[in-house]
Amino acid sequence: MAIITRAAEKTQHQVIGETRCGARDLGLTVNFEARWAGVGSRMAGNLVQGAVFTVMVVRAGMLRDPAFEPELAEQIRRSPRFFLNAPVVLDLKEASEFTQEAEVAEAREILRRHTLTLIGVQNATPVQLQAAADAGLASFAPNAPQPSRRPPRESAPSAAPIAAAMTKARLVTQPVRSGTQIYARGADLVITAAVSPGAEIIADGNIHVYGALRGRALAGADGDVDARIFCSRFEAELVSIAGHYLVSEQLPPEQRGFSVQIALVDDRLTVTRN
Amino acid sequence: MAGKVIVLTSGKGGVGKTTSAAAIAAGLALRGHRTVVIDFDVGLRNLDLIMGCERRVVFDFINVINGDAKLNQALIKDKRNDNLFIFPTSQTRDKDALKRDGVERVLEELKEGFDYIVCDSPAGIEHGAITALYFADSAIIVTNPEVSSVRDSDRIIGILASKSRRAEFNLEPVAVHLLLSRYSPERVRKGEMLAVEDVNEILSIPLLGVIPESESVLKASNTGTPVVFDEESPAGRAYHDAVARFLGEQRELRFLQPERRSFFRALFGRA
Repeated sequence: MAIITRAAEKTQHQVIGETRCGARDLGLTVNFEARWAGVGSRMAGNLVQGAVFTVMVVRAGMLRDPAFEPELAEQIRRSPRFFLNAPVVLDLKEASEFTQEAEVAEAREILRRHTLTLIGVQNATPVQLQAAADAGLASFAPNAPQPSRRPPRESAPSAAPIAAAMTKARLVTQPVRSGTQIYARGADLVITAAVSPGAEIIADGNIHVYGALRGRALAGADGDVDARIFCSRFEAELVSIAGHYLVSEQLPPEQRGFSVQIALVDDRLTVTRN
Repeated sequence: MAGKVIVLTSGKGGVGKTTSAAAIAAGLALRGHRTVVIDFDVGLRNLDLIMGCERRVVFDFINVINGDAKLNQALIKDKRNDNLFIFPTSQTRDKDALKRDGVERVLEELKEGFDYIVCDSPAGIEHGAITALYFADSAIIVTNPEVSSVRDSDRIIGILASKSRRAEFNLEPVAVHLLLSRYSPERVRKGEMLAVEDVNEILSIPLLGVIPESESVLKASNTGTPVVFDEESPAGRAYHDAVARFLGEQRELRFLQPERRSFFRALFGRA
């Protein structure tokens, strides 16, 4: 078995290692994947837990090959326990079929005969993705641009309605007391009162505090490096953007007590007066 | 009659909750309101000592919660004021004996016969303190002018806003007041203590009163006489002011400036 290891790809979504087993015979790929959510969202509590799984990937072309089934059967005969009920992702790269639910279901049946369980698709076009969703399958990144999911931030204006992409900011009008944690998931957080020492405010977007910020503020908790923190009086214990953080000891003392904004510039947190 | 439940709480220990509970309860009684003061500090019973009735305790709060005694068997009538009653707690049990439904039943019964039910909370934010504040209509946050006390007070204000019965049932929120105790204008002037304004800025809740640090408080505690019965003491007068403000009166804050030392005192050293 040839083993190929690949280095990290993106900041958010790292492929730690990839092993190819009998790639020439079967096109089976075993991926080890881990998701890094960043310091911020780990602090956000146990809302979503990540886990690492081993998943086999079967290329769509292989299913059409008459030699595929016997070879798969042979492979499974050699190590039946490894393949028993093993999850499989179907890679639809350059495959024009699988646009109907029935086709996807058929692929599932073929794999089922060999004790494998089809759980999702990869590299699917929007039509294929819909067919897979109809058949009850999950979508594994990467996929071709898809309208129903959140569009990537840098994407050009598309036909998708703008209203759907707009998220209302969370507004808090009462002082945030010590020991309180507020998390604006997928939104900006606006606070029109003071944030006490020992309180923690977290947002996936920007944070605005129209009052004294004396507690901890974590913006861009799901990794948005463009998020910022604004406050009318800066006395924070800790500020963080997309997992980059500074504690009060490291914060510039000359900015203390002023109206400032905090942004991530070249991977460094910078504090500037408003 | 439907009495109001007032909790004295702080998070931090040793700030003067029990002293203040005794003084506020006695102050309310002196103004003609039927008042009972309950000790929620199960296992660390102190209120009876401060109220000077430790030798009259037969039954306690836990006995009544468990149905072993009737309410009027456990209530102790104050010898100085007919409107004032003390409801001591158990010294042998622990906080787990405070069952929420039992506490609720007792408080409901007390509301029938009293104008004010003053609850003296234990320190901390655990079961005992949470039970003491859970049924409150108003809260008096006892704070010392120092950073750790202010932070703990801030925490307890947050708990009142999220874990009290009024918060859970989306009723009108608990009315929260600040009582700043052990205040020493002299030490504030030297920068050793937080000033009233500093505390107010962080907590931003209505200020009920500032109680000056005073030897008369210690003396009152040791003799079992709530300090409000001492008309001469600045602390006693400050508590009277606080009670008046709690009842809605407007009163100027006192005892915020260092005491002027008289010519004779200066001559003959410390008074």
